[in-house]
Amino acid sequence: MTPAPLFRIQDLHVRLRHRGGERTLVREVSLSVRSGQSVGLVGESGSGKSVSIKAAMRLLPRGTRAEGRIAFDGGDVLTLGRRELARYRSREVALIHQDPRAHINPTRTVGAFLTEGVVHTGQMNRAEATERACALMADVGITDAARRLHQYPHQLSGGLLQRVMIVAALLPSPRLIFADEPTTALDVTVQSDVMAILLEQIRERQVSMLFVTHDLDLAAAVTDRLAVMYAGSIVETGPSAEISARPLHPYTAGLLQCRPSTAEVKRLTAIPGRPVAAHEAGTGCSFAPRCPFAVERCRAERPHDRSIEGRTVACHRVEEIADRLEERAS
Amino acid sequence: MAVTLGTAGELTRRRFASLGRPALIASTLVAGGLTLIAVIGPWIAPYDPDATDVLAAHQGPGARHLLGTDSLGRDILSRALAGARLSFAGPAVIMLISTILGTALAIFSAWHGGRVDRMVNRLLNVMFSVPGVLVAVLSSAVFGSGFWAPVLALGVVYLPYMARVVRSVAVRERHRGYVESLQLAGMSSWRICLRHLVPNVLPIVTAQGTYGFGSALADFAAVSFLGLGIQPPAAEWGVMVSEGRSELLDGALQQSLSAGTLIVVTVVAFNVLGAQLSSRSGGRR
Amino acid sequence: MKRDHTPRGAAARKIAATVAGAGATVLTASFVIFAGLAAAPGDPVSQLLGAKATDEARANMRRRLGLDDPLLERYRHWLTEALHGDFGISLTSRQEVTDLVGPRLATTFLLVGMAALLVVVVGIGLGVVGGLSRRGRAVVSALVGLGIAVPGFVAANALIGVFAVDLGWFPTYGSGHGLLDRVWHLTLPAVALSIGYGAYVSQLTAAAVAEESEKEYVMTARGRGVPAGVVLRHHTLRNAAVPVLTASGLAVAGLVAGTVVVEQMFAVDGVGALLIRSISSKDHPVVTAVSLIIVVAFVVVTTLIDLLQVALDPRERATS
Repeated sequence: MTPAPLFRIQDLHVRLRHRGGERTLVREVSLSVRSGQSVGLVGESGSGKSVSIKAAMRLLPRGTRAEGRIAFDGGDVLTLGRRELARYRSREVALIHQDPRAHINPTRTVGAFLTEGVVHTGQMNRAEATERACALMADVGITDAARRLHQYPHQLSGGLLQRVMIVAALLPSPRLIFADEPTTALDVTVQSDVMAILLEQIRERQVSMLFVTHDLDLAAAVTDRLAVMYAGSIVETGPSAEISARPLHPYTAGLLQCRPSTAEVKRLTAIPGRPVAAHEAGTGCSFAPRCPFAVERCRAERPHDRSIEGRTVACHRVEEIADRLEERAS
Repeated sequence: MAVTLGTAGELTRRRFASLGRPALIASTLVAGGLTLIAVIGPWIAPYDPDATDVLAAHQGPGARHLLGTDSLGRDILSRALAGARLSFAGPAVIMLISTILGTALAIFSAWHGGRVDRMVNRLLNVMFSVPGVLVAVLSSAVFGSGFWAPVLALGVVYLPYMARVVRSVAVRERHRGYVESLQLAGMSSWRICLRHLVPNVLPIVTAQGTYGFGSALADFAAVSFLGLGIQPPAAEWGVMVSEGRSELLDGALQQSLSAGTLIVVTVVAFNVLGAQLSSRSGGRR
Repeated sequence: MKRDHTPRGAAARKIAATVAGAGATVLTASFVIFAGLAAAPGDPVSQLLGAKATDEARANMRRRLGLDDPLLERYRHWLTEALHGDFGISLTSRQEVTDLVGPRLATTFLLVGMAALLVVVVGIGLGVVGGLSRRGRAVVSALVGLGIAVPGFVAANALIGVFAVDLGWFPTYGSGHGLLDRVWHLTLPAVALSIGYGAYVSQLTAAAVAEESEKEYVMTARGRGVPAGVVLRHHTLRNAAVPVLTASGLAVAGLVAGTVVVEQMFAVDGVGALLIRSISSKDHPVVTAVSLIIVVAFVVVTTLIDLLQVALDPRERATS
């Protein structure tokens, strides 16, 4: 029997109070990350992937309610008390945000930002924290670390600032890192550098990672497993290499067809229609309105997760259309 | 967040604007009613507001005098009703001055843009930091007390508030395609401004004018209260608060209380109405 | 000359520019006030000598006062004397203006100080409560609405009626003698003076605190397990401090001008009441001196805020 995963989300629902009623943001999400494993959570903006991460950090905004079970190392995250929550957030997990410029206080120095987490949660004193921060900064390729500590965020480039964010995440030696689109807000030229540094650190330290992105190719390249989200639900999960080679859900296949290729020139086939939010989806499969394979049943009945070839796919017609998806993908 | 004294006004306005439709109806009724009193007040006053009657002095509220009488035996209700006219005339002229000058300056600045606009903006920021009552008081020192000195000074003091809101709308309109096509069609700048920009800023000008009216009324009354605006024995709310001050010591609250209440009610009604109008004019940022 | 492009150099330039701007403002204001009053109706000579003075005595006095000199010359002369602390003599009381203003300045200073304390402590305190808690917000915004709508001189009336006449807790008029007695006399005036600006400060504080507590970096800190109190101090309040201090500074500057009304209301014998009295009696040397003092106090306070902003916000330091 395989050991229990380090982190597991089971049947997560997130609902937002809205004008007297409620809106579903995330529906029936289940997902797990094993120790040392990297998992990619892929979806378009508004698909609920960032909301899921926020739920896992208990950082959902006011008026939002999370139901289901989020387990870290056996403990239930959603019911942690104040002390245990602080311990979980400060030592066990760390969050790398999308936009470092917005997520680092502009009026405090880089040094204050880096050491704040470990100093105020009693893990290190300021001198230790500073010393370790300097060492980590050197590891992620920030030169002149001692000087950087006294600088303010506006004096650093976006790429440098995101490396600072990575250092801040690594400083308390967490077991799991949530990376929420860590390179999306950066200049294209530095995206790959920052990604490479993040991966190197993760592997070196055997840290698990839940990597959230809209870029399926990137996720497939850097993670062991993938979960593809659409309209607040996960539509397909499985090993990264297999999913990108042979998608089983029409949405995943559509995402893969959207990418431009340098090998051959062909027309990009975008997915027709616009993505819907979880609360806009009707009773049937939420992808049905845009799906080229949708039949009456897809519009009437929400598909359940089905296990096939070691993967989980939420599609009524998965067996029937597998071959045709492969045809289209090639 | 660039903070000026105007910022708080902006925040208050947003709060008032969020009150919704009942507030619009209530404030329209109250502001309209008070304006009507300002027009017909002297005619509906039960007594001559200036007629003294020493024998009837210092009376409390009663059947003959609903709000009682002051130290000279004048009927307080009559003075409050008749005084509305002068109390409203001051802020009306103040808003007229600040509206005409402020709108002209804002449209001029928005039309030319660039350096002119930056300089005007800087000028407005300096003007925001000038203490209004002090300017009004000094104006009375230079031009002598009375109606016009404080009114002219406050007209200038209220100018930047008007200019700022108009400028933001005018800048937006200036960059619409139709202005350029009118220019290409050979229409003069004057005509474009008068025919097209002015009608577009009119709703926000009305809203800001209404909003500012309340505050201008309070400031004008304050100057009269200090003895540098409207002079006693004329009936005016600021003068009444001032005259009521000495009666206060004898425990006779009604004169200063009734004039004070009228001022507060007017300020609130016009502020709420102005905020409601501005949120409905689409002129918000 | 090579410009210093380091952040420190930029900050130094900014400070120098701010101080120079303040100096220019005071100079301009002093000229406008001086020229305005010089053009105002009223003849200082007959005020000093009375209507019955001989023409010769009048001519002498005009020469002594330098009234026949051109305006710029008179202004230069007045400014030189003023910089040496001599503002001339009062036309009504024949006293040195400095002797008239000096003791009253202490009273006004105490009044402004007490009101400023109220504005800062109560205003910011209420604002923080209103910005952080939902239930607090409703209470605070009701108080603020009232505070902004009620003009100071109307509030003063109510305060006198209730606390001085009805309850008898405070004296109705006057400035008192000795520090404690003065504080007791100035309590109601300080409250009346602080209401409007206190409301303004708490409204801005509530808005700034609410805005800051929604900021992404506040979430970052919470997500790192940093205790709520530390997040509040280091991030929410720290960053709200810039607009809040600016607002408080502007409020204190406004209090300085507001003394003109409140002192009159409570018959407090400070410089504000002196100004009004001198305007009524056309005592122009006193009017000039007092308005200049008020302008200087106003400009000093606003300049301090500008400098404080440079100190508090690192981004302000860098851009010039």
